[in-house]
Amino acid sequence: MYDKIKYLSAGDKAVVMEFGNEISKDINAKIRNVVKSVEEAKVDGIVELLPTYRSLMIMYDPLKIEYSELISTLDFMSSKQVDNEEEKIKIVEFPTVYGGEYGPDINFVAEHNNITVDEVIKIHTGTDYLVYMMGFTPGFTYLGGMSDKIVTPRLASPRTKIPAGSVGIAGAQTGMYPSETPGGWQLIGRTPLKLYDSDKEPPVMLSAGDYVRYVSVSEEEYLEIKKQVEEGTYVVKEIISEGGDLRE
Amino acid sequence: MSSIKVKKGGFLTTVQDLGRIGYQKFGMPVAGVMDNFSYRVANFLVGNDEGEAVLEATLLGPELEFDCNMTFAVTGANMKPTLNGKEISMWESYKVTKGDILSLGVITSGLRAYIAFGGSIEVPLLNNSKSTYLKTGIGGFKGRKLMNDDELEIKVSDKTVSGKYLDSKYIPEFKRKGNVRVVLGPQDDYFTEEGINTLFSTEGYKITKEADRMGYRLDGKTIKHIEKADIISDGALFGSVQVPANGLPIILMADRQTAGGYTKIATVISTDLPMLAQMGEGCELVFEKVTLEEAHKLYSEYEQKLSEINEQIANSQRVIEAPVEKAEFVNIGPVRKMNIVINGVNYVVDVQEVQ
Repeated sequence: MYDKIKYLSAGDKAVVMEFGNEISKDINAKIRNVVKSVEEAKVDGIVELLPTYRSLMIMYDPLKIEYSELISTLDFMSSKQVDNEEEKIKIVEFPTVYGGEYGPDINFVAEHNNITVDEVIKIHTGTDYLVYMMGFTPGFTYLGGMSDKIVTPRLASPRTKIPAGSVGIAGAQTGMYPSETPGGWQLIGRTPLKLYDSDKEPPVMLSAGDYVRYVSVSEEEYLEIKKQVEEGTYVVKEIISEGGDLRE
Repeated sequence: MSSIKVKKGGFLTTVQDLGRIGYQKFGMPVAGVMDNFSYRVANFLVGNDEGEAVLEATLLGPELEFDCNMTFAVTGANMKPTLNGKEISMWESYKVTKGDILSLGVITSGLRAYIAFGGSIEVPLLNNSKSTYLKTGIGGFKGRKLMNDDELEIKVSDKTVSGKYLDSKYIPEFKRKGNVRVVLGPQDDYFTEEGINTLFSTEGYKITKEADRMGYRLDGKTIKHIEKADIISDGALFGSVQVPANGLPIILMADRQTAGGYTKIATVISTDLPMLAQMGEGCELVFEKVTLEEAHKLYSEYEQKLSEINEQIANSQRVIEAPVEKAEFVNIGPVRKMNIVINGVNYVVDVQEVQ
């Protein structure tokens, strides 16, 4: 993390606060704290905040707030000490059916890493993944923390259609496809949960700072949960914790 | 509810408004109109709120049949609009009745035309916006461009505003060559001094055929990075000029993704985006550097101009001179010219008293 936040020029209606030049939990947590302070302060002229791995883009209306005033406001808010001990974490469980037609590449992932399919599932479900940021497509999460025992390169030739809910691996990253899109990730399973639901406010289940926990389920359980999700009766399992429940 | 029948969809006609504000943190791209100026003026002309959804037509416009009384205006790229086969003006609002057909042709200048209807286009709001996001097929009319035989529902406004026009001094001239002003950053420090000078070279850049609502790939001199062309992904803007490892800039446009992992050398200032949105394949740009202070001054002048335009349009009224069909009467009195206002439209009428 930088000693002093860098303010990067991004045209006449946005500025980027850069906190460091690495992917780290501390930087990510710092950004979430700044987002929280700025959102709570409801500064007139700040239009939108876009947090990413190690920076925060602030969209503003220059007719409502002077640039110098904006910077001093942001500087003040980011210097506020936030008591990290009070920060509780949210772990969201994603029931996932591994292998078979739902995860056609799981055998390849196992072979590539010289382990069994069961071990792939055990390793993949054994860690909680931090949501660093969202982007790429609506509801797509950039997750951190995957074990290097299941690192697998992307497909040489991307698939043209990947079903929504697919769980995959691309290099050292793992993640889920919120909607049907083309893609080159190695698919290991599928979750019946909807990562992006435009009828809901907010339309996503996760935000930056949450943790994702994959839980292995059978095909029958998957189908049952899928039905409940469609009927709107499924209750997403969330664990609010002070950190003790986190699998790292 | 009234409707408009899409007889021909045109090349790429989508429902757009100001886009999705506040949802980028969930990965939702903004989308929205490409040319903010023509869009807002279109809404002014029909008396809508300036954020009302419109149709954005690219390259070749649609053909629309109205099923009831309403008003409309066409702005932006000149697509030689006709109403029932008769040529009408761009940047002016008109009244139509059931069966009238508005037809737009192929561009003669610019790239995108905007059609506003007095009232609102009834498509579902998605994250507070009616904008179509084509890449994942969401928002707007069924998440896609308009096609032949689609029916667009319109909630017609109670007030009928027509005969309004934009003063010719405000009508933008769309050119195929132009300067695009930018503010350096956010990652200008990833480039050599020579690389930055290259961006501003007067030879400029040409828009390639890979140019759409997401972004414009440019061709020209390659821009040198100091070392890396990749960064840890951060926020992307409408107007970000990103330079991947091959050194050729890409300008991100309305449908960009929320974040990207390439170095962004500069950002196009918001007042130059409408002009850029009206440029397409083969158009040539020269980048020009301005300071942030200058950019803010230009933006303030831009908004000031739009307020002036709003007022000018509200005070404008085209006098429609209807073809005079003279009735044959005996014992009729002298002819008098009279101004008659019907539904806000001024008519000059020859009046004769019949004895």
